Amino acid sequence: MTILREALLVAGKDLRIEARSRVALQQIVPFGGIVLIVFAFALDPDRGLLPRVAPGLFWTAVLLASLLSITRSFSIEEANGARDGLRLSGLDGGAIFLGKAAAVALQLLLLEVVLGLGVVVLYDVSVRGVVLIACTTVVATVALAATGTVYGVLAAGLRARETLVPLLVLPAVTPVVLGGTRAFEAALAGVPSDGWPWVQLLAAFAVLAVVAGVLAFGPLLEEDS
Amino acid sequence: MGRFPVLAGADLDVDAGDVVLLSGPNGAGKTSLLRLCAGLLPLRSGAAEVLGCDLAHDRRSLRRRLSFVGHETFCYDDLTVAENLRFAARAVGRGSGEADFAIARVGLGPQANVVHSRLSQGQRRRLAFAIALARDPELLLLDEPHAGLDADGRAVVDEVVRVAAADGRTILIASHELDRVRQLATREVEIVGGQVRSPVGPAPEPVEVSP
Amino acid sequence: MNARIGVGTKLLGAAAFLSLGALAVFALVVAPPDERQGDAQRLMYVHVPAAWLAYLAFFVTAVASVLWLIPRTRSTTWDLLAGASAEIGVIFTGLALVLGSLWGRPTWGTWWEWDARVTTTAVLFFLYLGYLALRRTGATAQERGTRCAIAALIAFADVPIVHFSVTWWETLHQDATVLDPKLEVNMEGFWMPFTLVWSVFAFTMLYSFLVTVRLRLAELDEGREEKALELAIAERVAVTV
Repeated sequence: MTILREALLVAGKDLRIEARSRVALQQIVPFGGIVLIVFAFALDPDRGLLPRVAPGLFWTAVLLASLLSITRSFSIEEANGARDGLRLSGLDGGAIFLGKAAAVALQLLLLEVVLGLGVVVLYDVSVRGVVLIACTTVVATVALAATGTVYGVLAAGLRARETLVPLLVLPAVTPVVLGGTRAFEAALAGVPSDGWPWVQLLAAFAVLAVVAGVLAFGPLLEEDS
Repeated sequence: MGRFPVLAGADLDVDAGDVVLLSGPNGAGKTSLLRLCAGLLPLRSGAAEVLGCDLAHDRRSLRRRLSFVGHETFCYDDLTVAENLRFAARAVGRGSGEADFAIARVGLGPQANVVHSRLSQGQRRRLAFAIALARDPELLLLDEPHAGLDADGRAVVDEVVRVAAADGRTILIASHELDRVRQLATREVEIVGGQVRSPVGPAPEPVEVSP
Repeated sequence: MNARIGVGTKLLGAAAFLSLGALAVFALVVAPPDERQGDAQRLMYVHVPAAWLAYLAFFVTAVASVLWLIPRTRSTTWDLLAGASAEIGVIFTGLALVLGSLWGRPTWGTWWEWDARVTTTAVLFFLYLGYLALRRTGATAQERGTRCAIAALIAFADVPIVHFSVTWWETLHQDATVLDPKLEVNMEGFWMPFTLVWSVFAFTMLYSFLVTVRLRLAELDEGREEKALELAIAERVAVTV
């Protein structure tokens, strides 16, 4: 069985669990939404500030929600010794990584569509440069999901994992927040040519994260805790 | 299991097709020995070979060729019996057909679409067996397979073991149900204090496991 | 296991102490104050080496992590060295940030500046903290080694990416704003550049001494764990006798 087919098998498993349990839909997406609203409380909506900082707020909300997604992706492996099950399954570590990261990425994309609508509505943002925005979103999401999945398996099974994962992930993905925000700003300002270089940076980050994950996931999964 | 060594100086030799009963008191190291053979516990010192694979270096190629049935089912609570089984079967390249056949073999047909979290203890054990068999393993590692089951459940376990043995699979069973398993086993080995008791053949060096 | 510090280490410590003392003299007395910044500029002689050490320490952690990950070179020492260097690194990173802030206040007028170097150093600080938190999740090198090593390498690879992206960001919005005066100093005469080089030398000596001592402590700690394990094995075997 090829790596790709194994990855699809794992992704399918994770997505099927999500479809059945609906944790992303009923908990994580609403969490993203309430974060957007909290920002409005924190920053004065009357001063015209919100539309200007909307890209940054969007990516911050996505980042915080992604921590929940990553934690969830690995908490389903905690019960019933499922992590041992993954080790015993004979699946290739890199394939498991690709599958889990892909499932997280898809859930994040769903979240981002909803939050994007939220930002447009709540912060009064007029959308331009849709192509740039779409490409940025896809690449940044892959980068986030891949990095998060590496740290997720790294902290899997540890007692302090719920607090460790955020502490580990946030500093590491600062370039993703930076790139995503700048690209969005360029798109909304009507100057997409300023944004595409950031997409390249995000793409490079995503590639590195995926490579790191494929290499490191197997050994990390084998770690006993 | 903590950081303390469970097996210290265990010597064991098993031939293909053997059905070996591992007996001994709780905490003696039976589970650890099985987990070691499954490649779940790392080998810290000594030498061990399972199915021709060196446990010190080559744990992964082993995994497709054996099945482990323990206290946990390794399943996902939100997935049904059939979905869990198909996932495990496809992971080793088997199809849904084998998965469905295994469900029937352990008598879980009516529960095929019940989610794992709703299964009873006995049903979960049967599911674990179905998964173990669907993978068509050369080696079966069973950790107290009768524990927590009613009479029907235990009968199913006995039947599964009998058929698997007849198929020529090698089976290691750690159990307290000595009378029951002695009828199925070709050999018995006692594990006490992390060491193997009964006389065995020419052995490799002692096996030390510190999880 | 001998718990005493060796002669070599003591000499290293003495050399570090002496060179720091000399640095104090050079930095506070001998070197002239900067034209624009005045005496505040003398903070450079501690801030710059501290920042240099932060990155050096992290580099050592990364190298030690690689040595742990390669099966042929794997040894407890590398895991302990990675941890020791990271601990000292986090202290120097914090020091660099605080000193930079103290230096910046009279120079820029603010306590903080979001330029590439400062921002990257701040992110580095948190990457370290995460790494140290991760180290506490395993009592022996076997338990935590691989996990921590991979975390250290990811963080190490991340630092240049962070730096690059922030630098890029700066160049993009530079043309709109007036260039903020960085903590740049005109190196005049002999004593200013000499003192700066000396400060890097003195701090590197200090780092070497601290890492050596910290590593020793970690080895003793680990030795205690190993001994406990050996005792447990002996007890276990004794049960059957």
